[in-house]
Amino acid sequence: MTDTLASWLQSDAPTSRRQAVAGNAYRAVRSILTNPTAMAGLLIVVLLILMAIFAPLLSGGKSPLDQDLAMRLAAPSAAHWFGTDELGRDILARTLYGARVTLTIVLLVSVVVVPIGLAVGTIAGYRGGWIDALLMRITDIFLAFPRLILALAFAAALGPGIENAVIAISLTAWPPYARIARSETLTIARSDFVQAAVLQGASTWRILFRHIVPLCLSSVIVRLTLDMAGIILTAAGLGFLGLGAQPPTAEWGAMVSSGRDVILDQWWVATIPGLAIFIVSLGFNLLGDGLRDVFDPKSA
Amino acid sequence: MTFEAPSVETMVRPALGRRVATIAQRIISFLATLAVTFVGLTAVTFFISRLTKIDPVLSVVGDKATKAAYDLAYHALGLDQPLVVQYLIYLKRLLSGDFGMSVLTSQPVLSDLLRVFPATLELSTVAIIIGVAVGVPAGVVAAARKGRWQDHVIRVVGLFGYSVPVFWLGLIGLFILYGQLGWVAGTGRLDVFYDGEVTPRTGLMLVDAALDGNWEIFSNAFSHLILPAGILGYFSLAYIARMTRSFMIDQLGQEYVTAARIKGNSFWRTVWRHAFPNIMVPLITVIGLSYASLLEGAVLTETVFAWPGLGLYITHALFNSDMNAVLGGTVLVGSVFITINLVCDLLYKLFDPRLRSQ
Repeated sequence: MTDTLASWLQSDAPTSRRQAVAGNAYRAVRSILTNPTAMAGLLIVVLLILMAIFAPLLSGGKSPLDQDLAMRLAAPSAAHWFGTDELGRDILARTLYGARVTLTIVLLVSVVVVPIGLAVGTIAGYRGGWIDALLMRITDIFLAFPRLILALAFAAALGPGIENAVIAISLTAWPPYARIARSETLTIARSDFVQAAVLQGASTWRILFRHIVPLCLSSVIVRLTLDMAGIILTAAGLGFLGLGAQPPTAEWGAMVSSGRDVILDQWWVATIPGLAIFIVSLGFNLLGDGLRDVFDPKSA
Repeated sequence: MTFEAPSVETMVRPALGRRVATIAQRIISFLATLAVTFVGLTAVTFFISRLTKIDPVLSVVGDKATKAAYDLAYHALGLDQPLVVQYLIYLKRLLSGDFGMSVLTSQPVLSDLLRVFPATLELSTVAIIIGVAVGVPAGVVAAARKGRWQDHVIRVVGLFGYSVPVFWLGLIGLFILYGQLGWVAGTGRLDVFYDGEVTPRTGLMLVDAALDGNWEIFSNAFSHLILPAGILGYFSLAYIARMTRSFMIDQLGQEYVTAARIKGNSFWRTVWRHAFPNIMVPLITVIGLSYASLLEGAVLTETVFAWPGLGLYITHALFNSDMNAVLGGTVLVGSVFITINLVCDLLYKLFDPRLRSQ
């Protein structure tokens, strides 16, 4: 049975669209599973997601917001594995709940950035001419901007908060996706199946959405995974400067910032959340590197 | 039997006039791109300045002004004009060096920026020296030893550099190297009791101390500088090593490398004398780009190390809602960043022989 399933999946001549899609997915999953870098990264990312989901459970019912001033700045102990911060809040609980904030930011930025990049890139690549020139000029301008500083200025103008941090990061993060989508579109648009679709009378929008966008997605996703680390670091940087999630929300960057003044005596306050940022961005970097090896062996 | 290399003259080479024309064309298109990008940057900062909830009129006339005075200032600031006109006024002011007044220091923003810039310049210059001195050899070794342990070690070190938050690494560095071991000095540029001892000439502490011949202050400044510069340098090192490795792998796969080996050159001689010079052009571009990004990375590092440069100035302004200073700093850093970016691009196009004839 497994034998026939494997051969059905690995068939060189799929008889249905479903079989082709399933076969591709099967091959991709297999090569990811055999890539140690990607697996290590995937493990960390999955752990992050589990941390975010099961934060209440993992923290043993401790709230990330409950203050205990008698226990402020307590060293790691059996009661508080990672110690407590300047308001006596449990750092383990705050770090666990902080995963939720990080995950939210990452998700929101992806949801904003990918559609913008895809829209600009595919339209520019498909329509060509002055539309292409104009859109790509705008992309180049945004690409040449210093990202962190601009995000800083945006966050400063809009006021601090997660939503504004997401807007600020997104505004500076979309150009690479537009570039990728455009270069993919240029190749795809010339291929026979697109010409066939044009001859069948398909509208431009139909061709863009049904034929071109799906084929751009894999490179965009690889790039997104590689960018995740940068997005997390920028978000944490904004949080560190007080422009991200506002107190008392447990956000890793802000937590590091609160441990800043006591770093020489109570090192754990800043160390633990910083370590969390480091491990999570390392995870995304590993996963991205691995995915790139799998999907785009040329550029490795 | 003599082995004759093909002379340059026999290779197809465009006429001098055409080459000059190409170069001129490149430079013109560079200037055009620079101008357009600058307009884009200022348009964005202008847009940001309109997003703030801070009333620009109130910051001029104060909140006790009469209606008439308010309206007068409103008109004088051009706020009753269409947005495009307002933007042009803004652009004209920027070009004449008027970045507005800083609320925090009551100084023109431009003179503030010029005062703090040398500190950032010093920090990022030492950082890029560290990044290049370590990153380039590391990248070359990683490429030459591709797939072996040296390559893996360098890759892991680089990956860490891509993943670690700079502000956190700074704090940990302070905790261990300053707090626990006492190997380096703490925050700031100098110990407090040395303040004002150095004749300010260039604004670069190391240079000024050396010009004074005051080696005590020089070594103090150095021990303050080395940790933040080392941490910033680590970040550029990660990027430089990765790019060097990939350029070098391309070169080492070429036939001339095999030919040089067959002629009897040792492996490392081939790597350094034959392959390495060929990656110089793209490498310079990469170094330029990471130098530009160091200016940006300095924002967080300076905040951690209380380093009185551009980054600290911008974050201070941020906390005090001093939007003129924030946007002035953004325009300055952005302009330097854009210029370095595009100059690198231009250099690459002018010096890469493969692109020259196109």
